[in-house]
Amino acid sequence: MIPKRVSSIKFEVLSPQEVRRMSVAKIITPETYDDDGFPIEGGLMDTRLGVIDPGLKCRTCGAKAGECPGHFGHIELAAPVIHVGYAKLIGKLLNATCRECGRILLKNEKRDKFIAEIEKSRELGQDFEDIVKEVFRVTKGIKKCPHCETEQMEVKFDKPTFFYENEHRLTPKDVRERLEKIPDDDLPAFGMDPKAVRPEWLVLTVLPVPPVTVRPSIILETGQRSEDDLTHKLVDIIRINQRFMENKEAGAPQLILEDLWELLQYHVTTYLDNEVSGIPPARHRSGRPLKTLAQRLKGKEGRFRGSLSGKRVNFSARTVISPDPNLSINEVGVPLVVAEELTVPIYVTDKNVEEAREYIMRTEHPKANYVIRPDGRRIRVMDSNREELAEKLEPGWIVERQLKDGDIVLFNRQPSLHRMSIMAHYVRVLPYKTFRLNPAVCPPYNADFDGDEMNLHVPQSLEAQAEAKILMTVQEQILSPRFGGPIIGGIHDHISGLYLLTRGEKNFTKEEVMSIIRPLNITKLPEPKYDDMWTGKQIFSMILPDITIEFKAEICQNCEECKGEECENDAYVVIRDGELITGTIDEKAVGAFKGIIIDEIMRKFGSEETRKFIDNMTQLAIRAIMNAGFSFGISDEDIPDDAKKQIRDLIKEAERKVDELIQAYREGNLEPMPGRTVEETLEMRIMQVLGRARDQAGKIASQFLGMDNPAVIMAVSGARGSMLNLTQMAACIGQQSVRGERIGRGYTYSNRTLPHFTPGDLGAEARGFVKSSYKDGLTPVEFFFHAVGGREGLVDTAVRTSQSGYLQRRLINALQDLKVDYDGTIREQTSNMLVQFRYGEDGVDPMKSFRGKAVDVKRIIREVMAEEGKEV
Amino acid sequence: MVYEDVVDPYPFPESLRKEILNELEKIKPTKKIAKKIVEKCYQAYLSNLVEPGEAAGIVAAQSIGEPGTQMTMRTFHYAGVAEINVTLGLPRLIEILDVRKNPSTPMMTIRLTEEYAKDRNKAKEVANRIEATYITDIADVATDIRNMRIVITPDERALERKGFSFDELKKKIEKGLKTEVVEEGRKLVVQIAEPSFKTLMDTFEKLRKLVLMGIKEIRRVIIRKEGEEYVLYTEGSNLKKVMKIKGVDFSRTTTNNIYEIYEVLGIEAARSALIREAISTLEEQGLEVDLRHLMLVADVMTVDGELKQVGRHGVAGEKQSILARAAFEMTVNNLLEAAVRGDIDNLSGITENIIVGQPIRLGTGDVELIAKINMGGDNK
Repeated sequence: MIPKRVSSIKFEVLSPQEVRRMSVAKIITPETYDDDGFPIEGGLMDTRLGVIDPGLKCRTCGAKAGECPGHFGHIELAAPVIHVGYAKLIGKLLNATCRECGRILLKNEKRDKFIAEIEKSRELGQDFEDIVKEVFRVTKGIKKCPHCETEQMEVKFDKPTFFYENEHRLTPKDVRERLEKIPDDDLPAFGMDPKAVRPEWLVLTVLPVPPVTVRPSIILETGQRSEDDLTHKLVDIIRINQRFMENKEAGAPQLILEDLWELLQYHVTTYLDNEVSGIPPARHRSGRPLKTLAQRLKGKEGRFRGSLSGKRVNFSARTVISPDPNLSINEVGVPLVVAEELTVPIYVTDKNVEEAREYIMRTEHPKANYVIRPDGRRIRVMDSNREELAEKLEPGWIVERQLKDGDIVLFNRQPSLHRMSIMAHYVRVLPYKTFRLNPAVCPPYNADFDGDEMNLHVPQSLEAQAEAKILMTVQEQILSPRFGGPIIGGIHDHISGLYLLTRGEKNFTKEEVMSIIRPLNITKLPEPKYDDMWTGKQIFSMILPDITIEFKAEICQNCEECKGEECENDAYVVIRDGELITGTIDEKAVGAFKGIIIDEIMRKFGSEETRKFIDNMTQLAIRAIMNAGFSFGISDEDIPDDAKKQIRDLIKEAERKVDELIQAYREGNLEPMPGRTVEETLEMRIMQVLGRARDQAGKIASQFLGMDNPAVIMAVSGARGSMLNLTQMAACIGQQSVRGERIGRGYTYSNRTLPHFTPGDLGAEARGFVKSSYKDGLTPVEFFFHAVGGREGLVDTAVRTSQSGYLQRRLINALQDLKVDYDGTIREQTSNMLVQFRYGEDGVDPMKSFRGKAVDVKRIIREVMAEEGKEV
Repeated sequence: MVYEDVVDPYPFPESLRKEILNELEKIKPTKKIAKKIVEKCYQAYLSNLVEPGEAAGIVAAQSIGEPGTQMTMRTFHYAGVAEINVTLGLPRLIEILDVRKNPSTPMMTIRLTEEYAKDRNKAKEVANRIEATYITDIADVATDIRNMRIVITPDERALERKGFSFDELKKKIEKGLKTEVVEEGRKLVVQIAEPSFKTLMDTFEKLRKLVLMGIKEIRRVIIRKEGEEYVLYTEGSNLKKVMKIKGVDFSRTTTNNIYEIYEVLGIEAARSALIREAISTLEEQGLEVDLRHLMLVADVMTVDGELKQVGRHGVAGEKQSILARAAFEMTVNNLLEAAVRGDIDNLSGITENIIVGQPIRLGTGDVELIAKINMGGDNK
């Protein structure tokens, strides 16, 4: 079957005739239901407009509730009213046309010139708003009609819907009469299409009444009906409309009629848009402003963004996630309860009819939940009809069987900021109630396990499943299109584990080796390096594919002269033919975002091999860390009293220096830095002194902590935390700041931060320097300043997420229609505009590029030279 | 040089061609090996090309938007020049993509012609010509209410530092205030013609705001030595005027105000500036983003020769599709306007097709393939 496509949508203004033509009922009474709760004929809930109550039948199409799409009705307005959305345009039109003959205030030749210009822009697909603006600007200045010589008067537009000519109010009726006179030929000059709109249609004489299905009433628990906001507003309109008609017939005084007319205008205005500036919004009895037509369309939860661009789906699940290192990175653990509910369709053919039948006959987990007959009827498979259905089953039916191991599903975590936020995983049905995933895939999802929830979708068509498997699986997403490097790799314990395993020459007995590599499916051990002892580097080499690479590890100290393989920190990694010769494996080698080894394997062996490597690497790392034993507690920040004293002295010295600076400043001896005031200079100098003191305190602390301290191991290897974190825990927290400055606000009038200090105190303590460490605990004053500084961080995050979210939305909106064409150019799809002759000037996919470079020339040279048996 | 005849038969992009030549030059292999290397490079290059149908736009948008969440919000001191504050991080990125006409911290980097670049005093001379000098910078100004006049006492040292002569000062004030200035020894006196307190104060204000020398927008100039030459950094920016100043090497002078670059140097310069500013903002935050993504954004913002912002008043607002515009911002207005104009939405973009519920024309949706599936049954 060739799918049909909607080719285009044309937008036009509804004419009164059109409104009447499509109407199935004229609505005349404001009452909705009679005493029996039955819809009144000619009322707003007229059954000709469609039905929402089960049991009733639509009088227009005869269908039941849920099947009848609803039909429009109409209200004949007793007097014309202005459409708020077009009031401004009407104002401009009145000023641009003759008040007598209705012609545009331009000579025909001039008008045609403008029209030709607009036509040209339209053809080129350009915006002609500016030309139209020019037409209105020019015509506004013309005081005499060039066609009938009538003197023109300026029509003033008073928001939201009033027009005045020489202080004299123009009624909507007058306005409409004038608009009627504008000939079709003049309309294109105003950017209007005479086929789509007549100007007088912008003044309403009939109002379409949307079908009941658009404004369903809800029945509360009390049995009372609660009508939709639109119905309420329509009731108001009809009530005033009726009153106006009665008064007019009764010959009521002009004043009363005018009041009613204005009221009718108000109700129609708020019916169309309840957020018009200048008039109070119509309110519900409870005081809540009504949600009328414009409000339904607008905004995030409106029709466009909420219902049309964001669609709801079936075959999806959501629950809390938790880690499972025993899964492969491209698997997801699905709870049995979820797997029993989600289904995959089997399109029955004569080749799989037996298989499908088996699913129907099964009574346990991977069984069939529903079968769909060729006529579209969906039948639930139950004990009672199981055999009958199995019997009847034949090619052409669809069997919906439960999710089972090996099925492909899409897994997603919001916010979906990049394409790696939705990846395809293979299902593993597991007990318990959480989705399980390998911790190595946390970075692309930006997930952790502090209560995060994720969504799962089951692709239903074979095309979708194939696409998911080929394009969306985790291993296909290891390289990020953002920078052409890996974003999946080891995290936390994976890095500490491999660091512990590979650092230096650690020796392992056969038993230890076996226990470490147990989950790895390694069949042959290499020769032990020392008799019966294997090194950690050897163990790591067992999982390495055949690669050759050299790089500096994360722990590299950036010595002035790199000693290469002789590095005494064991920070220079050399891998030759899949054998780790020297160097320590850490974040730089296997970490997410950095992972040089992962990058290399990906380029040399492809995604499947890389997936296996990451699986093995994480397993090995976890085993290694368990073998070594790794824990971290408060006592790991213990530093000897001697060190504490050193730190205390250091900080005292810094405080003394600060006092000296303040002293110098008070005496006017402080030399300002170029381009700065004395005050700024003082602040900068103080910050410098205190910052240095904190750094030195940290250095002292880390001297005493040593390289085998777990916190140090984590910080150096890049597993988690930094030396700064460690400093703050063990030595000194340091200066708290707000907007990059020391904390100086608080009791502004007495110029101090807290009543504990003398006014004008600029000392370290009084301006938020925290000399305690987290382990020692903070004094009350320090605690206060810490909270002040901490709050800035919280505010910052909150503001940032909303701002960057909006930026992302705008970027996506601006760029979404760009694609690479078959000729390698980048074009905008809607206008077919050529944006780039060659994507990125070289046509290279950033994901396949080598960190931005089109080709990794060095690697190719290395490869070729090796092939030729030559050294580089 | 020697390897060019090996490399040039292949249609490499310029940057890659240079890189290969460079690398070959380093190891100097035989022609045969070189040929092999180049051939392999070419194969790698072909396999690294983007595939047709790729949603390059969306990937670019995500690649720039996603790191946005990791950026800071604060204004920091410009790396290297501690004296100048520069907006960085997310606010700066937003500013760049919004094409603000007045960025929050305009800044210029001015390089000097050879003659001026080497000598600190010469550089200072140029700096004086650029930095806005007000009367309060070089003189004491006092109002003499009794005699209805303003007395200006120039600071001789400041005058000298600024390279300003007494007579020049007098002329400047006369020209600026359009009144006569009387010399009284080393003082200057402005007599108010009409004796009212208000005119006195008005004149006083006018005098204080009078730019005696330099460029109004540039509040401060800092001279720094970079390598061999002196470079000027300014707070505030006015590219057009600075380029005209004697001693300024305008070919190496730039500003961080992209709109100004667009107005003065044109659209291609604006495109380069966009890319440069965006990448440096991201890099400063330690975020790695491929240059191609930023190029694409910059190209979209500059395709039709006008610098357009990303958003409602620019790229997104000038979309052809009504539905796409309505789904972005200003929903109601877009629909009302489309109706009067009798616009047609051709449903060729992404949003439109999502809205009507049909496959989008990107990636695998861009290809049409119809297969007749035989479900079996009558196959026998």
